Amino acid sequence: MSSQTGDQEMTPLLQVNALTKMYGPRIGCKDVSFDLYPGEVMGIVGESGSGKSTLLNAMAGHHPPDRGEVVFDTRADGPVDTLKMSEPERRMLGRTDWAFVHQHARDGLRMSVSAGGNIGERLMAVGGRHYGEIRTQAADWLGRVEISDSRIDDRPSAFSGGMQQRLQIARNLVTGPRLVFMDEPTGGLDVSVQARLLDLLRSLVREMGLSAIIVTHDLAVVRLLADRLMVMKDGHVVESGLTDQVLDDPQHAYTQLLVSSVLQV
Amino acid sequence: MSDYNFAYLDEQTKRMIRRAILKGLAVPGYQVPFASREMPMPYGWGTGGVQVSAATLTPDDTLKVIDQGADDTTNAVSIRKFFERTAGVATTEETTKASVIQTRHRIPEAELTEDQILVYQVPIPEPLRFLEPRETETRKMHSLEEYGLMHVKLYEDISQHGDIATSYAYPVKVEDRYVMDPSPIPKFDNPKLEMAAIQLFGAGREQRIYAVPPYTRVVSLDFEDYPFEATKADHPCDLCNSEDSYLDEVILDDAGSRMFVCSDTDYCRARRAEGHVGRLGETEGEAA
Amino acid sequence: MIELENVSKSFTLHNQGSAVIPVMERVNLAVAAGECVGLVGASGAGKSTLMRVIYGNYLAASGRVMVGDLDVAQAEPRQIIALRRDTLGYVSQFLRVVPRVAALDVVAEPLLAVGTPIEAARDKAASLLAELNIPERLWSLSPTTFSGGEQQRVNIARGFAYDYPALLLDEPTASLDAKNRATVLRLIEGAKARGAAIIGIFHDEAARDQVCDSFIDVSAFSPQVAA
Repeated sequence: MSSQTGDQEMTPLLQVNALTKMYGPRIGCKDVSFDLYPGEVMGIVGESGSGKSTLLNAMAGHHPPDRGEVVFDTRADGPVDTLKMSEPERRMLGRTDWAFVHQHARDGLRMSVSAGGNIGERLMAVGGRHYGEIRTQAADWLGRVEISDSRIDDRPSAFSGGMQQRLQIARNLVTGPRLVFMDEPTGGLDVSVQARLLDLLRSLVREMGLSAIIVTHDLAVVRLLADRLMVMKDGHVVESGLTDQVLDDPQHAYTQLLVSSVLQV
Repeated sequence: MSDYNFAYLDEQTKRMIRRAILKGLAVPGYQVPFASREMPMPYGWGTGGVQVSAATLTPDDTLKVIDQGADDTTNAVSIRKFFERTAGVATTEETTKASVIQTRHRIPEAELTEDQILVYQVPIPEPLRFLEPRETETRKMHSLEEYGLMHVKLYEDISQHGDIATSYAYPVKVEDRYVMDPSPIPKFDNPKLEMAAIQLFGAGREQRIYAVPPYTRVVSLDFEDYPFEATKADHPCDLCNSEDSYLDEVILDDAGSRMFVCSDTDYCRARRAEGHVGRLGETEGEAA
Repeated sequence: MIELENVSKSFTLHNQGSAVIPVMERVNLAVAAGECVGLVGASGAGKSTLMRVIYGNYLAASGRVMVGDLDVAQAEPRQIIALRRDTLGYVSQFLRVVPRVAALDVVAEPLLAVGTPIEAARDKAASLLAELNIPERLWSLSPTTFSGGEQQRVNIARGFAYDYPALLLDEPTASLDAKNRATVLRLIEGAKARGAAIIGIFHDEAARDQVCDSFIDVSAFSPQVAA
């Protein structure tokens, strides 16, 4: 398949092989496999209980899966199974090449630390020791996520939900990660706020050449952001492919049901 | 002598504490848990320091005890008497004559030697505690050397106060590895943490012992553009005219007149004995 | 440039009693560089469907869909995305509007995607929008508020911003007045002249007679009714 355009030299950024997470007899997610290439955005959709969040957390290393591999193409050592990494290595990865945007900004921010401190923390965690430079970068990133830099010393508890989410994104992207995991990034936000956030994500992903894995139940989000789509039901991937193809020409019964259930306004 | 075992603690307890001390010396700055014993003084009165001193003392030692630099406060006096009674060791107020010095919240001004041991009393051993209340998390941060949060605290200080506001218990990095709380000594004393003597830290209530061996690298945390400064008041001591010692400010009367005197009483006395006189002082021989 | 070999397409509606709707079968066609082929046939015969199969938006049930060296029917998503970026353009009947993006940037996007500097991309976008008579005051606005005809012209401008080697045009002249229709036909002829392979659906007979070199009647691909 890949021999057609002669790109077999390109290594996948992330290779997930047979990832399985069980909760006793219940299936969290089962035998999920895919390759993600640099610059690709993958959407994972499904309803509650589909296993999409389980899958995301298993990939990101938050909950160890029961079986499978998550192989990431590290800068220093090439492809490495992140599940077998030592904890310090994995935590370092989580501060540099990987980022995780939580659904609730509170889970991804330090609410008692100023906006500038939140963004600067990752820089300081990888050795940043110049206050002026850290502050400049923080102010720059506030601008990029459309937060006025006059708020750099304010605590996130004083921000609106949309601003908190944008701050979370800035905090995650400041070290230039190559892979971003997002868990319902627009969940819980007002519709107009969602639109602004999605547009911001879209331009950041393109500008920075990010790869991303986005879990959502909202098909409009994947239509806008994702190149590829995986549809999950009861812990299994029932369909996957090009986003517009899966949404416009769904093959699986469940996908057809999902797509036809979306209300058009 | 008394009916107590030498220095109050039984031998097994002293062995346990010595093991913790050895571990602490082997891994400078690392907090070693130990089974803190019930002591005949309440928590918050130096039980950690007393246990470390008790395990360290031998009958030939000479002990000095200071509290905020002074030998004559209630605390210092009662701990010194405690060891006189339970260990029968010689005691002194002169820093240069002591082999073991137990201190609360100050490092003596006189430079310590390789023959001396400095024992600090520590209230809260965990430098990250105020940022991260979970013990499980702080242990992980130390073991994984994840100290970004420590610098976030300093960043917040600068952004709110224009400078790093911490003036005592200023965090340090030991041998480029562990971040340590040097106990509530003024930041003025931080440069002295690199010394020839052995430094032992005991926290009785929190049940931790840590240590800094002689000639260990101890660096106060800072930013490149906001470097650490060991500041002091720009007055000389009013009694002995010392320009380099840490001073206490003493209010003299209801009109608010004040004097600045060395917090290290022995240091001040020694200087006056050598003939140095400050604005308000008399030489040692003339004091009643 | 574009070559279909034995392609078939049907839809299976699982949630409606698994009804199978065959649309086309045994589709064979070829379009060379510089050639424009018009798809004709009754409404519902599958013209748009065929176009979407070529674009990869619909999944072919069988056969090969070659665009350049890539078999779209078998390709990986990233290969199709690269194809759509560098090789195959598509002007659909409807503009899918993204809120907050200005019309100028919508048109400039295909150029930005291939690495054109932003100034040059916007200049080209501006000239196309001007050619298609979109007033300059609208260029910085999102097309969400435009009329249907204006949205379609933005759509067309985007399709011609970058010189795609292959182009799929679904009703590009629908809802356009004579002046704009003439502009679009001129753009199509320009694309042909530089060697693009074009497949178009035109309801307007005069338009398709002007630009198309040959026609394919998609009714020929209708599935045989079971005897």
